Amino acid sequence: MDVPPESRIEALLRGEGLLRTYEGRRVVDVDWIEVRTGEVLALLGPNGAGKSTLMRLLAALEPADAGRVLYRGREARRSDPEFRRAAVAVLQKSYLWRGTVVQNLEFGLKVRRVSAQVRRERVRGVLEALQITHLTEAPVDTLSGGEAQRVALARAMALEPEILFLDEPTADLDVTVRRGWLADLERIVRHAAPAIVLITHDPGEAFALADRVVVIEEGRIVQEGAPPDIFEAPATEFVASFTGAEFMLDGEVTETREATLIVRLDSGQALEAAGRAEVGGRVRVAYRPEDVIIGLPSSSTTSARNRFTGRVARLHPQGGLVRTRLEIDGLSLEVLITRHALEELGLAVGVPVVAQMKATALHVFPV
Amino acid sequence: MDVFVDAIRQAIQLLLSGDPYLWQIVSRSLQVSGLAVLLGLLAGIPLGTWLGLARFPGRGIAVALVNTGLALPPVVVGLFVYVTLSRQGPLGSLGWLYTPSAMVSAQFVLAAPYVAAITLAAVQSVPPDLRLQARALGASRWQALLLHLREARLSLMAAVAAGFGAVISEVGAVIMVGGNVHGETRVITTAIVLETRRGQFATAMALGLILLAIAFTANAFITRVQQAQPRRRRPLAS
Amino acid sequence: MPAFREAHPEYRVRVIAVGSGEALRLAARGDADVVLSHSPRAEEEFMAAGYGGARRQVMFNDFLIVGPSGDEASRCRRLDVASALTCLAESGALFISRGDDSGTHAKERLLWTAAGVEPEGDWYLEAGQGMGAVLMMASEKGAYTLSDRGTYLSMRERLRLEVLVEGDPVLRNQYAVITVRDASNLEGARAFAEWIAAPNAQALIGEFGVERFGRPLFSPNAAAR
Repeated sequence: MDVPPESRIEALLRGEGLLRTYEGRRVVDVDWIEVRTGEVLALLGPNGAGKSTLMRLLAALEPADAGRVLYRGREARRSDPEFRRAAVAVLQKSYLWRGTVVQNLEFGLKVRRVSAQVRRERVRGVLEALQITHLTEAPVDTLSGGEAQRVALARAMALEPEILFLDEPTADLDVTVRRGWLADLERIVRHAAPAIVLITHDPGEAFALADRVVVIEEGRIVQEGAPPDIFEAPATEFVASFTGAEFMLDGEVTETREATLIVRLDSGQALEAAGRAEVGGRVRVAYRPEDVIIGLPSSSTTSARNRFTGRVARLHPQGGLVRTRLEIDGLSLEVLITRHALEELGLAVGVPVVAQMKATALHVFPV
Repeated sequence: MDVFVDAIRQAIQLLLSGDPYLWQIVSRSLQVSGLAVLLGLLAGIPLGTWLGLARFPGRGIAVALVNTGLALPPVVVGLFVYVTLSRQGPLGSLGWLYTPSAMVSAQFVLAAPYVAAITLAAVQSVPPDLRLQARALGASRWQALLLHLREARLSLMAAVAAGFGAVISEVGAVIMVGGNVHGETRVITTAIVLETRRGQFATAMALGLILLAIAFTANAFITRVQQAQPRRRRPLAS
Repeated sequence: MPAFREAHPEYRVRVIAVGSGEALRLAARGDADVVLSHSPRAEEEFMAAGYGGARRQVMFNDFLIVGPSGDEASRCRRLDVASALTCLAESGALFISRGDDSGTHAKERLLWTAAGVEPEGDWYLEAGQGMGAVLMMASEKGAYTLSDRGTYLSMRERLRLEVLVEGDPVLRNQYAVITVRDASNLEGARAFAEWIAAPNAQALIGEFGVERFGRPLFSPNAAAR
């Protein structure tokens, strides 16, 4: 990856050459990473990818085996009070201490010896922002999971940090609670701190909340960019499948054009797809099930180059969506459509359909 | 059966009359065991905390050793303390043998490992990332440690009560190093032995009732603490 | 005991070793069939109260006043107990009493009364323990105490105590055997009492301790007045 010149962008926090091994295994191996003022940065990756560890290194909560972390150009240390004032982290489990909600909220402020009046104001502020004023005097052991997460976030926000680290803020929550919490987070996160670093394993969450996403696989950064860029142009097979383009077709490149390639699939069909590869090279083509456009044979075509005729082989209803498998001359395509669309088209097993895909919805990766 | 009833009746009369011999013994018991447990706390809590949180080669053995502290036989401790404090022993020059200082010392040797073992378990039962979260909010290393201990405080209090109950009811160590001297080193347990031998069942029974009451109180406290452990409405995290 | 069992294999004997006071109380409660004790006053009360069947003297040994060694410590050495005790009381030297209503304790109280001294004060310690424990305490603290010769001799090597007063007739310690009137095994009790007063047993008593200490610890006197 190219290193942006430091003078161009305001880098609040910068990690360089960060290395962390644990029991012989490389947990984090990052050349450089930046956190900038005014942005929400997401560290996205599957469980065990090292993102929590990377967060701890950036927040100087754990020492790196090699490399350094610079805060406004100065090296950041765990015990440095100025850095600790600037960088606050909310760890994955909420870790509230015994006592009432208000006692927890005041903790960091008391440590900083903030005056009682300022404490009260700040606490009132975060209670309102997170809509938990009704829980002010509640003992911590009576809180539900969702309430505890809010309190944990409020506790950190009360300190008005420059950089706020949130480790998996929606993990460990029930589905319904999570949905509501995510909606609130979208609203809150913007104003919670000048810079936010969000750790998550959920691409949807990352794309919804972040300005910039860093995708991490096995301790390394494999792609970095704004959510649409990652979504539309995944850099590796891993990124593609992790962000939803989980279906792969194998084939060989037969022709290269300006921005696209022609791939002859092993099943015989020819696809025009976006990407770069050598002619004759083996490739994998990844696609998202929602990017396959289904129509009846009689309907007019779209601008999609890739057009195939086949039959509906299977239907898997999943609530409001239906996962559909199409058989097209030895090629199986997985498609995701709404129930409404299913009914409109009158689809059932055996019904002939036309499947189309835009070249930009097909991502090619050399094998 | 009459013997019992009579003895208990007389015992209660003795207690109610505020017999000075009795209360002087009870007060000494409380002072000796109380001081021993207090010193045991000062030594045992830091030791248990350190063992619970630090990692170093040989830690396993150290932990095993401290855990045997929960089962140290008082007579054996009495033996070692006696020999140590006797005139030929290494600390004979202190002249503590047959004085309350010897008794406090012996009970301290009993109480400290006890407190350390329970502190060790209590400290380990608090999630380690709790301290990290505290530091992530700006706490210093010591503030985070104190917080960790505070989280374990209920177990620690139960430990203290258990330790106190254990030392105040032991007789082996305290009779050997104290000598059961009237007015100086006679405590509840050693007095019960003597009064029973002398046939003074009422006195022995009165002291026995007091000791039972103390043991019961300590136990009631521990039970209350255990019942007060928080029960979450819904699990915070799986 | 082994000798008694040999002579009378038909009886099973369980020995409970306690001070005289407690022994007599045990017997009064019916927890013993025969008692061997050395506390004449308590024994007389026991008989007077009707608990005892028959009582006869068996042997005697003597008591000693022992204390720390050294010139300073031997200042109170006398031939008679009364003046020695008075001297000790006046000098304020540490004295340890059994304090447990045992035979030795009873004897000690008698001696103080005879000397006309009321023992109380910081120098007079009432330990509530047995003879061995009290001797250890006296040795450790450099104090005086009243002890029977037997226990003192058996522990002498481990103690830093010397004899201060011995030989005064008032220090004689008479042992008696008493059968309990309401004993559950009266036959066995009588057999024991007779056996111990008989010449065989008396001879055994007379030899006890000679090998180890060079002199007998007890003087049999069942046959004497």
